[in-house]
Amino acid sequence: MDLITNLSLGFGVAFTPINLMYAFIGCLLGTLIGVLPGIGPLATIAMLLPATYALPPVSALIMLAGIYYGAQYGGSTTAILVNLPGESSSVVTIIDGYQMARKGRAGPALAAAGLGSFFAGCVGTLVLAGFAVPLTEVAFKFGPAEYFSLMILGLIGAVVLASGSLLKAVGMILLGLLLGLVGTDVNSGVARYSLDIPELTDGIGFIVIGMGVFGYGEIISNLGKHESERKVFTAEVKGLFPTGEDFKRMVPAILRGTALGSMLGILPGGGAVMAAFAAYTIEKKTKLQPGEVPFGKGNIRGVAAPESANNAASQTSFIPLLTLGIPPNAVMALMVGAMTIHNIQPGPQVMTSNPELFWGLIASMWIGNAMLIILNLPLIGMWIKLLSVPYRWLFPAIVLFCAIGVYSTNNNTFDIWMVAIFGVVGYTFIKLGMEPAPLLLGFILGPMMEENLRRALLLSRGDWSVFVTRGLSASLLAMAALLLLIVLLPSIKKKREEAFVED
Amino acid sequence: MNIKSQKDFFSGLLFTAVGLTFAWGATKYNMGTAARMGPGYFPMLLGVGMAILGGVITFNALVVHTQDGDKVGGWAWRPLFFIISANVLFGVMLGGLPSIKFPAFGLIVGIYVLTFVASLAGQEFKFKEVAVLATILAVISYLAFILLLKLQFPVWPTFITG
Repeated sequence: MDLITNLSLGFGVAFTPINLMYAFIGCLLGTLIGVLPGIGPLATIAMLLPATYALPPVSALIMLAGIYYGAQYGGSTTAILVNLPGESSSVVTIIDGYQMARKGRAGPALAAAGLGSFFAGCVGTLVLAGFAVPLTEVAFKFGPAEYFSLMILGLIGAVVLASGSLLKAVGMILLGLLLGLVGTDVNSGVARYSLDIPELTDGIGFIVIGMGVFGYGEIISNLGKHESERKVFTAEVKGLFPTGEDFKRMVPAILRGTALGSMLGILPGGGAVMAAFAAYTIEKKTKLQPGEVPFGKGNIRGVAAPESANNAASQTSFIPLLTLGIPPNAVMALMVGAMTIHNIQPGPQVMTSNPELFWGLIASMWIGNAMLIILNLPLIGMWIKLLSVPYRWLFPAIVLFCAIGVYSTNNNTFDIWMVAIFGVVGYTFIKLGMEPAPLLLGFILGPMMEENLRRALLLSRGDWSVFVTRGLSASLLAMAALLLLIVLLPSIKKKREEAFVED
Repeated sequence: MNIKSQKDFFSGLLFTAVGLTFAWGATKYNMGTAARMGPGYFPMLLGVGMAILGGVITFNALVVHTQDGDKVGGWAWRPLFFIISANVLFGVMLGGLPSIKFPAFGLIVGIYVLTFVASLAGQEFKFKEVAVLATILAVISYLAFILLLKLQFPVWPTFITG
């Protein structure tokens, strides 16, 4: 079987000492930033991108991927023990997880989150491996019109799943697309919006935007809030192992969460956060068995399902990136950047031109998940200690690593001035309730979209109907329209708003 | 007329202003036709789209009722000022300011400056504690970025290393 040969190639790559080491570093860092509230995988990956210059591409991607899915594990620890989302995808885990901790059942809650994540991670990786080949074949049928329509679908998906106002999310995407156009136009050689600054003719670095908006903007906003009451349930973590009854309850929840997460991860615009929300909503809809604790009071299913879903989604969201070269969410948009600095053009050709990278990355995810379960369950004590580090020591370190990361991308102080500007911009976004994640996605897709739009219309001699007369392109656009229609339906609109109120 | 949602009102205005700026900028580039797009075509499309969208958001903010008026709230000027200053001063320490002949002080001095200035953004500031933190960060950064990852940084002040 092809899959077996491919996977064995992958494991061959992933099991080399150097790649095992980087997978471990990635998972460790991922758990670390997942546990720490106020810093997410987005900022961390942006910070570490420059540092991966010196590494071989496979090792670099293995490490960066580890940070992303590692963060999904770490986030639950903070959610359960401190009642704070360590990671945005753990927001729903708080509801039942913290209640379990208050009742002295922090151990089983952590175990449910860990085991659920592990199972979901393994399944997600398998889905990724299984879907990659057929999807790549579809991708080769894509012309510029299809790519353009697919990006529209991805952007609409990002809007639909963004929390908060739909219109503002569309605005952020447009802003991102526009910012992406700054720099030299590849077709005409005209330097657009460069304000006669030589550094800007290369465009704005996406690391600069990522760090400014997500790193500095968040820190400033966090410091602006008053330190809330935090009660850390550290002493109470005894007996990790769930009871037989716990198992009976959490297994079906894990299965449902995994299935849902795997599907939502593949969708453009989907990702860990939405998967966790959806999984929790579904669990809440199912009937309570006799003797079961209600939701919101410490039901183990309320921990197991969303944690499985967010981890499954974080694995499967690599599918559109690796097969089509289209990032489905902001973290994947950064992965595009990571691949480009190593001279790998993301897209269907990666599998054929760099099979060792492709399958090595997939295999490393399975190894990474195995490492993570060890890091997060037996070694949980280490992370609990970390939670007692005060924020006033953490944030100067975060500011420093951001600044170092920005400078080292180009060894240029110009980027440091730019990140200062985007820090102010990012804080403004937070104050005005404008969600920045769609902006970054638009920023990455901007140049690609313009290029494909140009080519499609050049081929059709300026006839816009090309997007609806070609079957594949038309169905992609129809899906986008359907998505929009669904969220605009009054009943669903109300539900959606309710779902994000818990945010 | 009352503003029903302050956040939306101002973000709408912001979208319109930025959209118009980009659209105005696009007029300076060759527009071309749909079949042969010039560099101005796509930005013009997006800029105009964003300006209109901004208008709709602003309009909604005046009409659609919200529960608490969606106030923007106070700005955290202190963290904003110190975090951004820390970042800028770090850049000055690394690169110097050739225009006024300010020499580059290098990474280590930069780390101390950044840590002290950034710490002022917090609610507590203890000199000793920050000094220890800065030293730890300097050592970690030197080991990780200079020795291990071999990134190219000016580490020490230029007037010492020459």
